[in-house]
Amino acid sequence: MVHWSAEEKQLINSIWGKVNVEECGAEALARLLIVYPWTQRFFSNFGNLSSPTAIIGNPKVRAHGKKVLTSFGEAVKNLDNIKGTYSKLSELHCEKLHVDPENFRLLGDILVIVLASHFGRDFTPACQFAWQKLVGVVAHALARRYH
Amino acid sequence: MLTAEDKKLVQQVWEKVSGHQEDVGAETLERMFAAYPQTKTYFPHFDLHHGSDQIRGHGKKVVAALSNAVKNLDNLSQALSELSNLHAYNLRVDPSRFSSQLLSQCLQVVLAVHLGKDYTPEIHSAVDKFMSAVAAVLAEKYR
Repeated sequence: MVHWSAEEKQLINSIWGKVNVEECGAEALARLLIVYPWTQRFFSNFGNLSSPTAIIGNPKVRAHGKKVLTSFGEAVKNLDNIKGTYSKLSELHCEKLHVDPENFRLLGDILVIVLASHFGRDFTPACQFAWQKLVGVVAHALARRYH
Repeated sequence: MLTAEDKKLVQQVWEKVSGHQEDVGAETLERMFAAYPQTKTYFPHFDLHHGSDQIRGHGKKVVAALSNAVKNLDNLSQALSELSNLHAYNLRVDPSRFSSQLLSQCLQVVLAVHLGKDYTPEIHSAVDKFMSAVAAVLAEKYR
């Protein structure tokens, strides 16, 4: 089980409380597809992904981004059992979606950058530490059931 | 690797921080030491407290090197040749430490903190590619 200090929990929750899940989720997913274009391989049925503008405006990207970040919220609510929280999703990503777990790490880092751009100075080094730890734990949990 | 457009964007964003280069350098290193404590293993001889002169000094060096790289985007290999030797033969920093995320991630977080919405997806992409290119050159002579 991952150990979270009281400070880490507080830093995570104080940021999460102010996150617009729909906006941030859409932005994070869009950036993943823009900055690491090979990740588009998982979204061939999303329609137009031909340019950053197209990706940012794509309604399927927005919707899926919201879905992904909403799911991320489950980790925030269950910091003491992230493994259990993502057990089924891990199986899904392996067996049905066939996603290389490296992509979870990429998305996690992008999420941190999106938070930094939204929160500015409030996204302190201590905040970044807690969030890098969280995205790492989530990525690990999602990869855990791979076989 | 870097398109003409990428080069333009990198130069643009570097312009934006040209007044605060020292701050950017210091903050990048501080965040790296805070978020990834394993990176501290390369600086046992440093005072790593917030605001330390050594962090400021070293941050300044790192940013100056990156500035030089930004001025020489068409020939990174040559521009970073000395540093490449230094990292390969003297410093021997584990190459994945800079090639993947750690320094690049922290620099990008600093840029995102300072630029907010102006750290657009296009700029984000260009900077990420730039840092990858720099890392590749620094690791060139490792073996």
